[in-house]
Amino acid sequence: MALLDIKGLKTHFTTDDGILQAVDGVDISINRGETLCVVGESGCGKTVTAMSILKLIAMPPGKIVAGEIIFEGRDLVPLSSSELDDIRAKEIGFIFQEPMTSLNPVLTIGEQIAESLRRHEAVTKKQALERTIEMLKLVQIPNAAGRVHHYPHQFSGGMRQRVMIAMALACRPKLVIADEPTTALDVTIQAQILDLLQDMKERFGMAVMLITHAMGVVAETAQRVVVMYAGKVVEEAPVDELFGNPRHPYTQGLIRSIPRIDLDAEHKTRLEAIGGSVPILINPTPGCRFAPRCKHAMSICAEREPRLREIAPGHRIACHLGDAQ
Amino acid sequence: MAGLTLASPSAEPRRGYSPWRETWRRYRRHKPAVVSAVLLLLLILAVVLGPFVWRISISDMDVVAGLQGPSLAHPFGTDDLGQDILARMIYGGRISLAVGLAAMLVSVFVGTLIGALAGMSRGPLGYALMWLTDLFLSLPQLPLLLMLIYLFRDGLKAVFGPEGGIFILIVLVIGGLRWMPVARLVRAQFLSLREKEFVEAARALGASPTRQVVRHILPNALGPVIIAGTIDVAAAIIAESTLSFLGLGFPPDTPTWGRILYDAKDFLDIGPHWALFPGGAIFIAVVAINFIGDGLRDALDARKVI
Repeated sequence: MALLDIKGLKTHFTTDDGILQAVDGVDISINRGETLCVVGESGCGKTVTAMSILKLIAMPPGKIVAGEIIFEGRDLVPLSSSELDDIRAKEIGFIFQEPMTSLNPVLTIGEQIAESLRRHEAVTKKQALERTIEMLKLVQIPNAAGRVHHYPHQFSGGMRQRVMIAMALACRPKLVIADEPTTALDVTIQAQILDLLQDMKERFGMAVMLITHAMGVVAETAQRVVVMYAGKVVEEAPVDELFGNPRHPYTQGLIRSIPRIDLDAEHKTRLEAIGGSVPILINPTPGCRFAPRCKHAMSICAEREPRLREIAPGHRIACHLGDAQ
Repeated sequence: MAGLTLASPSAEPRRGYSPWRETWRRYRRHKPAVVSAVLLLLLILAVVLGPFVWRISISDMDVVAGLQGPSLAHPFGTDDLGQDILARMIYGGRISLAVGLAAMLVSVFVGTLIGALAGMSRGPLGYALMWLTDLFLSLPQLPLLLMLIYLFRDGLKAVFGPEGGIFILIVLVIGGLRWMPVARLVRAQFLSLREKEFVEAARALGASPTRQVVRHILPNALGPVIIAGTIDVAAAIIAESTLSFLGLGFPPDTPTWGRILYDAKDFLDIGPHWALFPGGAIFIAVVAINFIGDGLRDALDARKVI
């Protein structure tokens, strides 16, 4: 049985212009100890999907209108906020995108890491401090025993992201959702943070849901990949299959838009981009949402919405193109 | 693990460089504020310790020696009944400063509570509380103050004694009519802070709404509140003086700075020293407190480079 099973999740937002269907029928499942990457460009619903799991979206205007989020056999959607508080950080940890602003400037980092320990586990102040220092050592903060009393402004961006990881993992959650954890960092630090996440994952045997728009990160870390577009899953496959045999035109476009150092030098090719941008999801048109930007669009694409279907073991796509082939 | 950072661990201070220490460092750069803080501290020390050093009673009368200018026996001179003005100033300063501080606490408490509720509410409660704030702001304050004191003076006097009753009444009335700017400030702060990522992060860690507010949002909103609070102390001292000057504050035999000024007003031509000392004390206290507020504003505003 999967650790987390999201079925037909729909999260909509009420805006002045109408209902914004940010997430519109998403199915994602994550197995124990697995790394799942969710990719897609900005505004395609990755973050909203992740935040919906722990109901971290602002409600109102946001609302989960349909679907189930089954974590260890228990549906999280009907739970009250205080029931969810027991799951947050304890069972499912969350790592945010912006390490510069996700730490409270007036509390020491030690106080902030200890907060979740004291909230979820019966530990004394002293034990919490010891565990906090231990966590800081695990995320490779030098001089952890001294740094634990420091304030966020005394840390660099990469160090703060390590602190965020320590905060999210302090209670040893079974699942960690990392929402673009490396986007705000420079490239060398990105690699360190990804290595650290991988290391933590192996040490604690937890599952990771990694949200990103960098295909390089996906290739490096994922076992399975879910590609999202305009609030829907368009392709899902094991990582090798996805990069070796991408079937959805959107996925193909994403992969072609990765700069290739080996090809570019010889052939002087131009980097390919996907024309246009993600549609605004208020009253979306019927049919495939990618059709207006799709090179292979057919007449049926504008009429009927493609269903997600399995084309090979573990490889599912939502595209009419496969039908024709 | 090694080689990740070049910073030598031994160079790190053992304790964190807390925001409050940083504030103190910045505050020290504001010279008038530092001088004001020292002045205010001296003033407080004088009124607290004064009676133990200057042992003349406030009610010792010597009509023959009435309305004398400053002398060695009476450094601040005497009033028309020959009472020692220094002794009365020391006693009055206790009341005036206590009223200022207590009224500030009332207004900051009420203002923070209402502002926080309004700032956290996403529904009609927030609007209702802001309407209430606007309503209070539009009330004519002085007539209302006078009316409230007339209405409740006798009842409170009966319960808490003449001085205690009036003290509670004046503090509540002054504080209760000055919380609106604090409420607006706190609401504005909360509206912006509640959407901050670190509050979201606290939520993701399972912090309850109360905990999010008390531990994460409120400490971040305190800077402007502290500044507003200092200004409120000065305003409350002036308000108390106004009330006493109108004869509505403490009973006539209880000296406060405002009351002494009121008593002195009929003798301005023959005994100007009588009015000068309490007036000067109010002036120094209010200016000092305002400078302290100024210094705190510079020190707590992180965007300003000092």
